[in-house]
Amino acid sequence: MAKINIRIEGLPYQVDEGLTILEAARQCGYEIPSLCNYNHGECNRASCRVCLVEVKGARGLVASCVYPVHEGMEVKIASPIASQARRTSVELLLSNHSMQCQQCAKNEKCELLHVARLTGARENMYLGEKTPVSIDRINPAITRDTSKCILCGRCVARCANAHGNGILGFENRGFNTIVGPAENRNFNDSPCIMCGQCVSVCPVGALMEKSEIDKVDEAFRQGKYVVVQTAPAVRAALGEEFGMKIGTPVTGKMVAALRRLGFHKVFDTNFGADLTIMEEAHELIDRLNHPDSVLPMITSCSPGWVNYAEYYYSDLIPHLSSCKSPHEMEGAILKHYYAQKVGVKPEDMFVVSIMPCTAKKFEKERPQNMVDGLKDVDAVLTTRELGKMIRRAGINFIKLNDEEFDEDIVGQYTGAGVIFGVTGGVMEAALRTAYFAITGEEYGMINFTQVRGFDGIKDASLNINGTVLNIAVAHGMKNAKVLLDDIRAGKSKYHFIEIMGCPGGCINGGGQPYVRECFLPNEDIDIVDTYKQKRANALYSEDERKRIRQSHNNPQLKALYLDFLGNPNSHKAHHLLHTSYEAKVPFND
Amino acid sequence: MAHLSGAAVEMINSICEKYKDETTPLMMILSDIQRQYGYIPLEVQELVSKNTGVSVADIYGVVSFYSFFSLKPKGKYIIGVCLGTACYVKGAQQVVDKFSEILGIKPGETTEDLMFTIDALRCLGACGIAPAVSINGKVYPKVAVNQIPGIIEELRKEAAEK
Repeated sequence: MAKINIRIEGLPYQVDEGLTILEAARQCGYEIPSLCNYNHGECNRASCRVCLVEVKGARGLVASCVYPVHEGMEVKIASPIASQARRTSVELLLSNHSMQCQQCAKNEKCELLHVARLTGARENMYLGEKTPVSIDRINPAITRDTSKCILCGRCVARCANAHGNGILGFENRGFNTIVGPAENRNFNDSPCIMCGQCVSVCPVGALMEKSEIDKVDEAFRQGKYVVVQTAPAVRAALGEEFGMKIGTPVTGKMVAALRRLGFHKVFDTNFGADLTIMEEAHELIDRLNHPDSVLPMITSCSPGWVNYAEYYYSDLIPHLSSCKSPHEMEGAILKHYYAQKVGVKPEDMFVVSIMPCTAKKFEKERPQNMVDGLKDVDAVLTTRELGKMIRRAGINFIKLNDEEFDEDIVGQYTGAGVIFGVTGGVMEAALRTAYFAITGEEYGMINFTQVRGFDGIKDASLNINGTVLNIAVAHGMKNAKVLLDDIRAGKSKYHFIEIMGCPGGCINGGGQPYVRECFLPNEDIDIVDTYKQKRANALYSEDERKRIRQSHNNPQLKALYLDFLGNPNSHKAHHLLHTSYEAKVPFND
Repeated sequence: MAHLSGAAVEMINSICEKYKDETTPLMMILSDIQRQYGYIPLEVQELVSKNTGVSVADIYGVVSFYSFFSLKPKGKYIIGVCLGTACYVKGAQQVVDKFSEILGIKPGETTEDLMFTIDALRCLGACGIAPAVSINGKVYPKVAVNQIPGIIEELRKEAAEK
């Protein structure tokens, strides 16, 4: 890329052509206060004016987030005029902001608080009327509080970028403007899929996951037998909550921390993932063997995607695998098999799932995910909430020694389960087992690299002993829509499709630690482009390290089938491990 | 979309069809719907979204931004009371209050029988005849509070005759 010469504070720099002043300054080692750290086209309104700088020759101050650099440009960031203007911009934002920073769950990662500190915003500069408040705490996954919203629109852009037609928008006018679903509805009564992508970009506490830490506390208080399971993507990101480099796998420390939090047993959801693969691969083979069955089959592990299907593609519900998602399967096995084995009444067992996901909070409430009157999972905490619990308990996470998951009767897991956390992972894991089930032999290469990476839609054609299998992988509903419209039009050539609700899969789920340059001074400058790959690498490397890498070779899983379930897709397996879906009306009355 | 009649669905679809070659047809579609259907509730927005591919969130944003668009049905008679500066100093507030009192609705609301809507307007540009009231395009000059019962009575009679 061509380089151009600019001056910042009078000092000469060479920067890439085409950058904004904000980006160029960052390359030169200056952090201009801004509220679009996670920008990448998700805010280009330049309306907050928090990043104003002086440019020689320009009429007035310019917003550095959108103003492109040019040859010979002279920028002043530290000048009193620019500094005071930035401070005023922040003070104006604060004048219509709920000032409950101490109690706000976002406070340690709040970008508004951060720029207030950076700019030296003064107390109560502009007092007056505030925009009427509406708070949505009705749904089990996400809360929305307009008194904290600064109308930056990043959630609106993220929702639309990830899912095509987003459900969030600006409404009303002037001082009454708010951001929310149409008619300022709550998320339950609008076609929100609860993926939490909006939460992961919100700079303030306006959009948050609905915390269930109190629920877990209560279970301990009642003397329940509290077991915890952790999703694969959590280990790839939990370290970030404690300042560790993005992509550091912290499996062992996480287990150690969970033991110190008092959980009676610490399991890996990957056991459930292996179980999912057994059920799903056999469901696929079953469908392939019956000429009149519904194909392509689509994975059903992602509750965001399942919600989307129920709202927008209910005619395609027969294509969804009837398998529950891994943590629901594991919950059902824990309550209806493991509990008996260890002499605990199923109703005295409380299952907590640590998930990278907000939609899982919603999923666990689905009536279809109950067996014999008991919920499979009782509480879902996000990766961020686990971070809070660990901090609250005073545990020095970084200093913990690695510990192993409980693996007494259930809990062993394979490399196939680990890669569930990244787009393409479920497909790859399923192919390893489907290959074996069809041919009776292991796939020698183990890795199916065709389905790795972050392309919106990945596809491959495999010839397994004469059986041609066309597969596709999509993540984010915008990409999934392309494949779904083809199925609807009868043009789809695929047999098996993996769909994940969030772009990148679970490693980028709505419950994962926030990735903000301003809070990550030790990360590379391009971290918002590379963090997904770094987290994915953490999972792929754990898969490589595992001795057993195919779900069907999980010894405890084999024992579970022998001892309890019989065969994959048996009557008992269906009773415990499979679910159903129903069409939903997008805007309920 | 359960609440829309077949005829309404057809009307909205044909309005959308009319502008399908426009690059940004939303404002034109919504304007036509407002005129022909009288208001733009969420069910209508969903239908427009299906036709145009614009998200309901965006459509709702536009409808709630412009005061020309209405989310609720409007009355047969839309009583526009000017509250511009000149009308205001000539007592327009008392005029609008009197309409409200008689009809039992606040500005922006519609009577239950869908007969009257009161709109508080900014300057009509008719300051010489302040306070001015405009009802379905007909302008009433220098409206005095004691004339108002008569105006409403007259409109009711007119509606009954039709």
